[in-house]
Amino acid sequence: MSVLLDIDGLKVVFESRHGDVTAARNVCLSIASGEILGVVGESGAGKSTIGNAAMGLLERPGKVAGGTVTLEGERIDGLPPEAMRRLRGAKISMIFQDPLTSLDPLRTIAEQLVTTMTTHLPLSEREARKRAVALMHEVGIPDPEARIDDYPHQFSGGMRQRVVIALALCAEPNVIIADEPTTALDVSIQAQILDLLRKLVRTKGAGMIIITHDMGVIAEIADRVAVMYRGEVVEAGPTRKILGDPDHDYTKSLISAVPRPDVKLDRFPLVEHIESAGSRRSLDLKTHWLGQKRDYGALDGPLLSVRDLEMTFRVGSMFGGGRRSVNAVDGVSFDIAAGETFGLVGESGSGKSTIARLVTGIYQPTGGAIVFAGTDLAGITRRRELNRHRRQMQMIFQDPYSSVNPRKKVGAIVAEPILFHKLAGSRAEVNRIVADLLDHVGLGAKVAGKYPHEFSGGQRQRISIARALATRPRFLICDEPTSALDVSIQAQVLNLLKDLQAELGLTMLFISHDLPVIRQMCDRVAVMRRGRIEEIAPTEDLFERPQNEYTRHLLKLMPKMTGAAA
Amino acid sequence: MILFIAKRAAQAVLVMLVVALIAFALFRYVGDPINNMVGQDTTFEQRQELRQTLGLNDPFFVQFARFVGHAVQGDFGQSYQLRQPVSELIAQRFPATFELSMVSALMALVIGIPMGVYTALNRKSISSRLFMTLSLVGISLPTFLIGILLILFFGVILRWLPTFGRGEVVQIGWWSTGLLTKSGLESLIMPAITLAIFQMTLIVRLVRAEMLEVLRTDYVKFARARGLKPRTVNFTIALKNTLVPVMTIIGLQVGSIIAFAIITESVFQWPGMGLLFIQAIHQVDIPIMAAYLMLIALIFVIINLIVDILYVVVDPRLRVSGK
Amino acid sequence: MSEVEGVVEGETIGVWGRMVQSDLWYSFTHSPLAMISALFALVFILACLFAGFVAPHDPFNLASVSLFDSLLPPAWQDGGNISYLLGTDDQGRDVFSTILYGGRISLLVGFLSVAFAAVLGIAVGLVAGYAGGITDAIFMRIADIQLSFPAILIALLIDGVFRGLLPRGLHDEVAVYVLVLSIGLSFWVQYARTVRSSVMIERTKEYVQAGQVIGLPPGTILFRHILPNVLGPVLVIATIQLALAIITEATLSFLGVGVPPTQPSLGTLIRIGNDYLFSGEWWITIFPGIALVLLVLSINLLGDWLRDALNPKLR
Repeated sequence: MSVLLDIDGLKVVFESRHGDVTAARNVCLSIASGEILGVVGESGAGKSTIGNAAMGLLERPGKVAGGTVTLEGERIDGLPPEAMRRLRGAKISMIFQDPLTSLDPLRTIAEQLVTTMTTHLPLSEREARKRAVALMHEVGIPDPEARIDDYPHQFSGGMRQRVVIALALCAEPNVIIADEPTTALDVSIQAQILDLLRKLVRTKGAGMIIITHDMGVIAEIADRVAVMYRGEVVEAGPTRKILGDPDHDYTKSLISAVPRPDVKLDRFPLVEHIESAGSRRSLDLKTHWLGQKRDYGALDGPLLSVRDLEMTFRVGSMFGGGRRSVNAVDGVSFDIAAGETFGLVGESGSGKSTIARLVTGIYQPTGGAIVFAGTDLAGITRRRELNRHRRQMQMIFQDPYSSVNPRKKVGAIVAEPILFHKLAGSRAEVNRIVADLLDHVGLGAKVAGKYPHEFSGGQRQRISIARALATRPRFLICDEPTSALDVSIQAQVLNLLKDLQAELGLTMLFISHDLPVIRQMCDRVAVMRRGRIEEIAPTEDLFERPQNEYTRHLLKLMPKMTGAAA
Repeated sequence: MILFIAKRAAQAVLVMLVVALIAFALFRYVGDPINNMVGQDTTFEQRQELRQTLGLNDPFFVQFARFVGHAVQGDFGQSYQLRQPVSELIAQRFPATFELSMVSALMALVIGIPMGVYTALNRKSISSRLFMTLSLVGISLPTFLIGILLILFFGVILRWLPTFGRGEVVQIGWWSTGLLTKSGLESLIMPAITLAIFQMTLIVRLVRAEMLEVLRTDYVKFARARGLKPRTVNFTIALKNTLVPVMTIIGLQVGSIIAFAIITESVFQWPGMGLLFIQAIHQVDIPIMAAYLMLIALIFVIINLIVDILYVVVDPRLRVSGK
Repeated sequence: MSEVEGVVEGETIGVWGRMVQSDLWYSFTHSPLAMISALFALVFILACLFAGFVAPHDPFNLASVSLFDSLLPPAWQDGGNISYLLGTDDQGRDVFSTILYGGRISLLVGFLSVAFAAVLGIAVGLVAGYAGGITDAIFMRIADIQLSFPAILIALLIDGVFRGLLPRGLHDEVAVYVLVLSIGLSFWVQYARTVRSSVMIERTKEYVQAGQVIGLPPGTILFRHILPNVLGPVLVIATIQLALAIITEATLSFLGVGVPPTQPSLGTLIRIGNDYLFSGEWWITIFPGIALVLLVLSINLLGDWLRDALNPKLR
């Protein structure tokens, strides 16, 4: 096998007013024809930078500060822009993450394909068009003769990604860099696109670098893997070796942080040293404020009972026509017993987040009942009465960047619920409680005077958790609490949630699209699809003996980490 | 698509009705129309009679409907000051304003769009930084001051160009044009430049901002990653996508040129509608104000409608969703 | 990485320290144009504010104005008088002093009308953006219609209406407030639209929902949480609109529908001087014109810098 692309000792820096920031250093990678190299790492590891540097597409203030890039025996780093442009598309090409924004909305697929081909290949427009149709067929677009004159918006997301792949391949490059090619797609489509990429690489004898944060994707498609951490390749080798028997500490903890789909573990091991979680100082809850006043009286039956819940959204503009109704939640019923973690799982748009917002009162349901601790919340009209119940349930949100107000200090964010519900006697007491809460979630009391932008995603999620605990709730709703986080941070946050639940005896509604995460967190699970519940079962039963057709379908799509440490 | 246009047309009619309501309210409630029509020595009875015959005692909606009915036929009554039908006055003045505005709009677009594209594509170059700073100076120069400076240099000091009026005009039917005589063209130069400069600087900045936005999109990055020629990336892909939002802006700009003509006309004593309007404001000549307002609204609505239709032609996304 | 360290180090550095370390301050001290503009605007505004102390003459004190000194050219020209640096106008008023006094009126109208427009626009934008539905649709339709007409036309029209409603004598007295009202009413749309769209983005953010889950009433969420997050763009608009408002006031005064000659603004001064342009007394109109352009330009440069500095992706 001949080496197609060789990156040797590459160093990339970004110039800033605080001096140069090194995004990648001493990176050595190579790919041969017919081979797929996975580059895996968490956000900020520098993996996309390498792809851009190899393509000559680094944008200022980034620049290559050392090392060589050799394409089919020729050095291409430092080539003049025009020479580099001739190579792009023809010899080395790139597939972008988001198919919805990667295509020119104003030109037909045919126009975009033909321009790209005639730029690089000695073809007439007619020949190019003929090849374009053949290529569309090859990437699996049905009825290519008719569809080639369509505009991008007339294709679905998955089909658009196929068009993007066709565009990247149409001038017959030998090296393809795919930067998170399936991240923006639904699970079911993800698998198809990976199949297509593998098939194309094998039949064309091309080499591909696939850049991803997702171990599942690596396990699925890569022949070899390079693991990146803070700008460096810490370990590289055959996929089976890296996933099954890693040498480097970082790789080990990264793999251990990936939620296991096959077995439930008590905690995620080996994740503590990745991002220092600060000093988590546990409180003596028997004497502390957080542990007090938790006697809500005897509870007969479930803590939360949802009956025939319905939510209809009306979409369309006020004045324009086309106003219609969408049943986001369509007759959903379930019970959650005190102390239990109940999971809601489903693909995007299945209505699971809407349920969270209905239970917490952000939305008003169009039908059905929500009974919390024996009281029907819909029947309460007085604000004070409602607040008394609301205080007992709090929520943790998905996006750590938007779920805390960027204009408020961390201390004020956590203090707000305490002040609003008048849970503490004096300002000094509030401050003490806030400090304790921040300590308890592992941030440390000192952070109270800082603003959210000084924190990473995982730390912000801890702020969010501290705020949720500040009303001393007994019911916690977690809406995709870790889906925006890197896998190692996810493991830490999930560990924290498990600890808190055990200490405080919390009841949880845990919402996620990620089946392995659900398996690690939940006692019982409901599978949702199009606003309805398909199946409710204890977690182990659901994963081992799924009764429902759709559940089985979802479980089949779950990425398997073949060769992962048993 | 037809539905889309029809919807827009219906909205346009709604806008016109709202403007008509404002114009009518002006006409009816600002000052007493009777006082403005008759002399001092008219008796109370005569006033009442006139009030009755003019229908000023009718219910509000009847009066409004009558006003709209007349307006549709171009009848806005008599000017209080000039004692002539308003429609006649406007018809006399319209060609002067129209020619001035169109020449300025052309100047602003022909220079402004390429300059905006240039400064966006060569964002870091010295010349485009200079252009951008100059365009800020352009925005900071009030239109009337540009006119005064031009008059001072080319009219008073150099004595090259006439400083007021339209020069000789040629009558073609009811239309009077200054474009066919030497003095007419000379008279047009300074007012047209005055009017164009402010709009031009705005267009440069807006085109630049939109184009920069488009240059940051994924599809432009992907086009670069496919090795397309810079010319293809910049003009076939980026410029075309830039022009979609820019069309709306340009439509508005062309409209506002007609309104800004008020200032230019007043500096150069250009005998157009704007001058008529400003005189009407000085003298509280409501019928002229109302008619001018309606006319400007009509022009805006027509331009917007044209822009909407152009959108459908340019943007395939609208073509499908509008079906 | 650095974020983690930040948490451990954590000592509060105070408001001033934060400002000096902020990117905004860095960008300001590295933009000579912005600094010069800020300095000029500051000096001009102070000079106008304290015109009574700064100006060499009091142009509106009839006792000190002499017709013998009328139409004197600037000091460096033949026949100029050193005590009238920029010359005098037809009534013998010192041009330099009238510029300072006129600038005061221009700035007064500018600031008041921008404040009026901002308060009105922000209120409408907040309500429309947060309430949505019918309220939003009505407000935004009004905004759409108004936006399709240039501000200057609307200001002229509102001014014309007041002219019709108020008796002549009274009109001159309240001319400044009529101007503020007409310019303010023609400018509010910008704020309303910007604030509305920002609110609509902020409203869907999860920190707002977190507030709802806590039980905070809508008013608290709107004013304590959302409002501080939408003020950035408002500041940029306000700066640019201050420049526009000053131009609009000058234009209206130039057209003779602004402030009366008894308390002239820069625009009125230019209008008065314009009559003497052809007889060669150019200084009466050109110096107020230059003052106006420099003031507006410095504000525009500041606004331009502010927009780029607050919007890092444009850099």
